[in-house]
Amino acid sequence: MTRASLLLAGICVMAVTAPAAARSGHGGHGSAPSAPVVEEPMPMDHGDGAQMDMEPSATCTAEHAAMGHCTPEPEDAAAPEAPADPACPPEHAAMGHCTPAAPVPTAASGGVGTDLPPGDAPAPPVPDDWYADRLYPKGDMEHSRHVMMEESGGLTTAFLGFNLAEYQARKGRDGYRWEAEGWYGGDIHRLTIKSEGEGAFGEAIESAETQLLYSRAVGPYFNLQAGVRQDAGHGPDRTYATVGFEGLAPYWFEVEGALFLSGKGDLSGRIEGYYDQRITRKLILQPMAELNFAVQDVPESGIGSGLSDMELGLRLRYEVVREFAPYVGVEWARKLGDTARFARAAGEGAGGVSLVMGVRAWF
Amino acid sequence: MQIDRRRFIGAAAGGGAAAALAAWMPAWAQPVSAGLKSRLPTVSGEDITLRIARQTMRVDGKVSRAIGINGTIPGPLIRLREGQKARLTVVNDLDEDSSIHWHGLILPFHMDGVPGVSFPGIKPRSTFVYEFPIVQAGTYWYHSHSGLQEQIGHYGPIVIDPKDADPVAYDREHVVVLSDHSRLSPEAIFRKLKVNPGHFNMQRQTLGGLLAGEDQSLKDRVEWGAMRMEPTDVADVNGSTYTFLVNGHGPRDNWTALFAPGERVRLRIVNASAMSIFNVRVPGLRMTIVQADGLDVVPLPVDEFQIGVAETYDVIVTPVEDRAYSFVAEVNDRSGMARATLAPRAGMVADVPPLRKRPLATMKDMGMGAMGDSNNASCTAEHAAMGHCTPAADAGADHAAMGHGAGGMNHSMRDFDVAPQVKRDPGVQSISPMPVDRMGEPGQGLEDVGHKVMTYRDLVALDRNPDVRAPGRSLDIHLTGNMERFMWSFDGVKMSDHHEPIPFIEGERVRVNLINDSMMSHPIHLHGHFFELVTGKGDRAPRKHTVIVQPGGIATFDFTADALGDWAFHCHLLYHMHAGMMRVVSVRPKGDAA
Repeated sequence: MTRASLLLAGICVMAVTAPAAARSGHGGHGSAPSAPVVEEPMPMDHGDGAQMDMEPSATCTAEHAAMGHCTPEPEDAAAPEAPADPACPPEHAAMGHCTPAAPVPTAASGGVGTDLPPGDAPAPPVPDDWYADRLYPKGDMEHSRHVMMEESGGLTTAFLGFNLAEYQARKGRDGYRWEAEGWYGGDIHRLTIKSEGEGAFGEAIESAETQLLYSRAVGPYFNLQAGVRQDAGHGPDRTYATVGFEGLAPYWFEVEGALFLSGKGDLSGRIEGYYDQRITRKLILQPMAELNFAVQDVPESGIGSGLSDMELGLRLRYEVVREFAPYVGVEWARKLGDTARFARAAGEGAGGVSLVMGVRAWF
Repeated sequence: MQIDRRRFIGAAAGGGAAAALAAWMPAWAQPVSAGLKSRLPTVSGEDITLRIARQTMRVDGKVSRAIGINGTIPGPLIRLREGQKARLTVVNDLDEDSSIHWHGLILPFHMDGVPGVSFPGIKPRSTFVYEFPIVQAGTYWYHSHSGLQEQIGHYGPIVIDPKDADPVAYDREHVVVLSDHSRLSPEAIFRKLKVNPGHFNMQRQTLGGLLAGEDQSLKDRVEWGAMRMEPTDVADVNGSTYTFLVNGHGPRDNWTALFAPGERVRLRIVNASAMSIFNVRVPGLRMTIVQADGLDVVPLPVDEFQIGVAETYDVIVTPVEDRAYSFVAEVNDRSGMARATLAPRAGMVADVPPLRKRPLATMKDMGMGAMGDSNNASCTAEHAAMGHCTPAADAGADHAAMGHGAGGMNHSMRDFDVAPQVKRDPGVQSISPMPVDRMGEPGQGLEDVGHKVMTYRDLVALDRNPDVRAPGRSLDIHLTGNMERFMWSFDGVKMSDHHEPIPFIEGERVRVNLINDSMMSHPIHLHGHFFELVTGKGDRAPRKHTVIVQPGGIATFDFTADALGDWAFHCHLLYHMHAGMMRVVSVRPKGDAA
């Protein structure tokens, strides 16, 4: 039993049975059905060529035939109605590949209605009042207008998320690390807080920094950010002025960069990025990299000029739900150049490999 | 509203579970419906009271919070008759403002029910009386235009019987209200979209898929990645959180519409979803479309059609066999479906077809319609046969030859010279470089389903258009957005940023080109007017109140600005409107403005 034969059968039956059904006084059909047959204006009545855009038989579909409005040509009853010309869609016609099969006859005689080209009348001036204010109390309208505007693109949103919150297993004391961001605001202007830090269990926090930023959308994908950064942890607690960016680069790389100017006039910078590679719909491999650099030596903070340290990470997370994704991974971090020298002089290592385990979560 | 109660009770008696649900549903939406009779309504429809209140609803056995009307979700069917007067007293029992907009009805603007545009809204614990004449017939619907209330149940159908004989003959009718339902609050859904674009998209391409040879080739993935365009982004909110409903019933509830074999059954289908564009079919039955957006069209037999949010279609099916048929409304990204059953008796089920593979956006969806297409969606068998294109591998090469490799394309995807009226704003992710009219296409993923799918170009109005003048001018409106920030706008400007209405002179006829600069479909709705789609149908253009503008494409309509006042004009995807994709259209008498 092929689909086509079923359809044909269905249509034939429809054509045959419908008149009977229409006259058999089926429940509730009451007075309605007989009237249209007599007086109802139907498109096929137009002898003046007003409805030329279709093939003639198309107007005489089973319904109409059933209602006695027209008589289909024998083969038409079963032929499914074709759209204008499936083989010649407008884009192909536009490219000169083909000519639509059924040109609208009326177009030749100048066309009617929607076939006519538009004129070039000027647009009217923009009114400076609101029509509803003429009928309803102006104060009520003002208020509702304000609410409507705000509810149509003007609402603010709050966000808090941990990109990293992890346990780090490594040579020596195991440690921990976090990287979080929160923001509040609209589509363009936002107040952003960033926090990151790390340390080893059983010791004071090694480093912790907090940034308070004004963030502004400057393009479809990027935000420009400026504000202050406050450090805590090893070394002097410094305050920095900061300016940076954050956004989505081509090829779906999430990138972020910033320059920091300390109260002492030291300039440093950071650039980092990651990429989410979906292995399955819930399993995601995230390679990430972070580079820090400084313009000058800052010995009391243990930072040397040039590229001061780099970090490469590879984390595999499983999105239990979008908001909660535990992960495991590996991270390689290394201090470089003078920074490494300062570290060794202070009796610390210059870096190494950690196995990490944590959770990416947001609220 | 005429319901054969005895018949319903008899039908429902078989299923205790079904009967338990009954309290939540209006009679025509009961788990098993014998259908409405086509007899004309009584005069009791002249004075109607609707009460908006919080309640719970049960979908597939799970209870969630909702807003209903007169205690049901969907709200009661409002059955009116053309030519009557309607007096609708709306009581707002909520603790917040509410409203009812009569979608598709031609009425005075101050009765249109849009807070902040047509009236001040209905304050908590207060009443508003809508009063207007009914000047049309057909299938329509009503819903809240306040906040996000529509998502949680504040919607219902309207059927207006014609004052003269109905040109459509049918023996039985069923109202089919499609909607989407989530257990997340609408505010939570919107917030997730804002903070995590693509939050609900669980159908992204994967490395596993690449290795298995599925979806895009590596080359295409790299090119699309260069443009930061996600080809699986078809529906922002989808089956990962939604259950899709028929008359308030989930797929497992299996709402059932009864018929007697051989009857002509009229299905009045309303898409009352917040965000879901559906592809509708009844496997084994051909549907004949007889009405679009409430107005009669020349009967059009199809196997499937796409229904945008807020559109309505009336179809006739004539099931001749004594068996059950599945009615399936598959959401356009194919992450889920609404399901019902057409059956001669209650308790029957038919096979439910599995979800089809999700579509991937193509270059054409990015507004490169006039160019080659590396995904070959445009290279269908018949085109290839005519030598117009080659379906296989070398499309990519053509592409490069046309100077639109990854680098060049990157640039041309946001060229404001193409659309000078669009504001340079972070809310504009892309501008379609070469958009084409897509009203002759069935919708994403429906190009090659192997059977007849409706396109707008197939629709022909049954009656001659009331105004057949040439438009005096034309107007371009760009549909713009940024998926990465979930910002949506017209011409790059959100409603919240722009008080100015789009002006029209009363009585003028204008051609409006809706140019979609985004990779998503937008069902665009103009309040207070019907417009004629410009699809080469002359003075029998199909008249609609809502039109889907396909991704990267153009939809064009002519309309006569004959309804004085200020009117809302917006994308009917609820969260797109909520994100700013709305403007006010103002129709003023000549000389009245400014």
